Amino acid sequence: MNEENRRILFEPVVDNNPITLQILGICSALAVTAKLAPSLMMCLALSVVLVCSSAAISLIRNHIPTNIRIIVQITIIASLVIVVDEVLRAYAYEISKQLSVFVGLIITNCIVLGRAEAFALQNPVGPSILDALGNSMGYSAILILVATLRELFGSGTLLGYQILRLTRDGGWYEPNGLMLLAPSAFFIIGLLIWAVRTWKPAQVEKHQYRIHVVHRGTEAL
Amino acid sequence: MPADAAQAGTTRSLWVFSRPNDDPGKILAVAITLCLVCSVLVSGAAVLLKPLQDRNQALAVRKQIVSVAGFQADSAQQVESLFQQHIETRIVDLDTGRFDDSVDPASFDAHTAARNPATSTALAPDEDPARIKRRPDLAPVYLVRDGERIKTVVLPVYGYGLWSTMYGLIALAGDGRTVTGLSFYEHGETPGLGDFIENPRWQAQFDGKLAFDKNGKLRLGVIKGGVNPASPEARYEVDAVAGATLTSNGVNNLLRYWLGEQGFGPFLERLRADGEMS
Repeated sequence: MNEENRRILFEPVVDNNPITLQILGICSALAVTAKLAPSLMMCLALSVVLVCSSAAISLIRNHIPTNIRIIVQITIIASLVIVVDEVLRAYAYEISKQLSVFVGLIITNCIVLGRAEAFALQNPVGPSILDALGNSMGYSAILILVATLRELFGSGTLLGYQILRLTRDGGWYEPNGLMLLAPSAFFIIGLLIWAVRTWKPAQVEKHQYRIHVVHRGTEAL
Repeated sequence: MPADAAQAGTTRSLWVFSRPNDDPGKILAVAITLCLVCSVLVSGAAVLLKPLQDRNQALAVRKQIVSVAGFQADSAQQVESLFQQHIETRIVDLDTGRFDDSVDPASFDAHTAARNPATSTALAPDEDPARIKRRPDLAPVYLVRDGERIKTVVLPVYGYGLWSTMYGLIALAGDGRTVTGLSFYEHGETPGLGDFIENPRWQAQFDGKLAFDKNGKLRLGVIKGGVNPASPEARYEVDAVAGATLTSNGVNNLLRYWLGEQGFGPFLERLRADGEMS
């Protein structure tokens, strides 16, 4: 793999992470991460949709008329999402019930349309697939991290196995109920963004606007 | 490439895909082709996976029946074996409340029967509180026997909430009065509000409540403002959930309907009179 491809594949994991840098795909990151198992399934579902849609869009990119390109992309993405949803309901019924509407909402996940617009529309199939894979990894990394923290501290379990013994079963750990609610994912993602930007200061955004100091005081006199 | 495309455009090539991208013919052709390909993909997936999905759904319903009847089951095999061993499926004629053994319970499809004009009757709006539109002539019931006596009956119930038809099961003890379980397994109510109906803690409030008073009058219901445990009415009442009034009303309506005269009322009356019901 040459240098360029490696950059396309690995840059979205930390340096250009769709969640922590671009702040995309937050909705599902908040909603499905209370438990690890559905989060893993969500990562898988999003990865399949993202890779297939990027490949398909990149394949026909030279024939997509510019004025209907968003509709074309959404049609492709929506079809893939429906297929993934049907497959989940056939082979992973329980988890698909837990994910409920959020599989369907992959259609509106900004990461998928974002990658189609920003990358697949201008690049050949190979790099588009790499870019999609890289962004899926970036999304998955954050989801898995958040879900691990939330399930471990919220219910004392990981993938359903008891890790921390709860006080109500005679153990020492008092589960933190906030971790099971959506706001905790907000806090964790916020802290993650802070941590990543401390580690990589290049990600810190410049101030878009500063209030200027006004010197009119003396003029008025 | 752009030069080729431009040239193709000027000669109005017959092959519409070699025209430039802003040619209206090509835009239409791309849109139509894309829609065709996508619809084949989507409908293909839906048709191919339908049998598997149906099996999952049937298993999920059986799991609910088994658990609302008071058994513990985790794996699919356990559910199947418990269902085979303990649950007796019978078809009830709702008018008479008697079993109708001319229909094979294994092949009886309640969903279809409730829609088919030949096996159901239309309901007038004033006799249709659960807003189910058609009343099926026959409905399945699931019995758990303890020796000869019926220990538990599980009745399928459904009705309209705020957005959707809610499908549930209610379990009554052999006396035909005491509720031993309630669960909803399919609905489209608002996530976070109306979906309290699938919350096991809320469902557990029904355990031990009385559906009918001594005179056989239907009393079970969900009430606003919280149940006062000291009141004599508390035996019939369960808390509604704030912020989900219409779903709570829907639960009330479907209980009223299905436990009432139009629903399983005659059947429960017979059960109260005769605890064996062969």
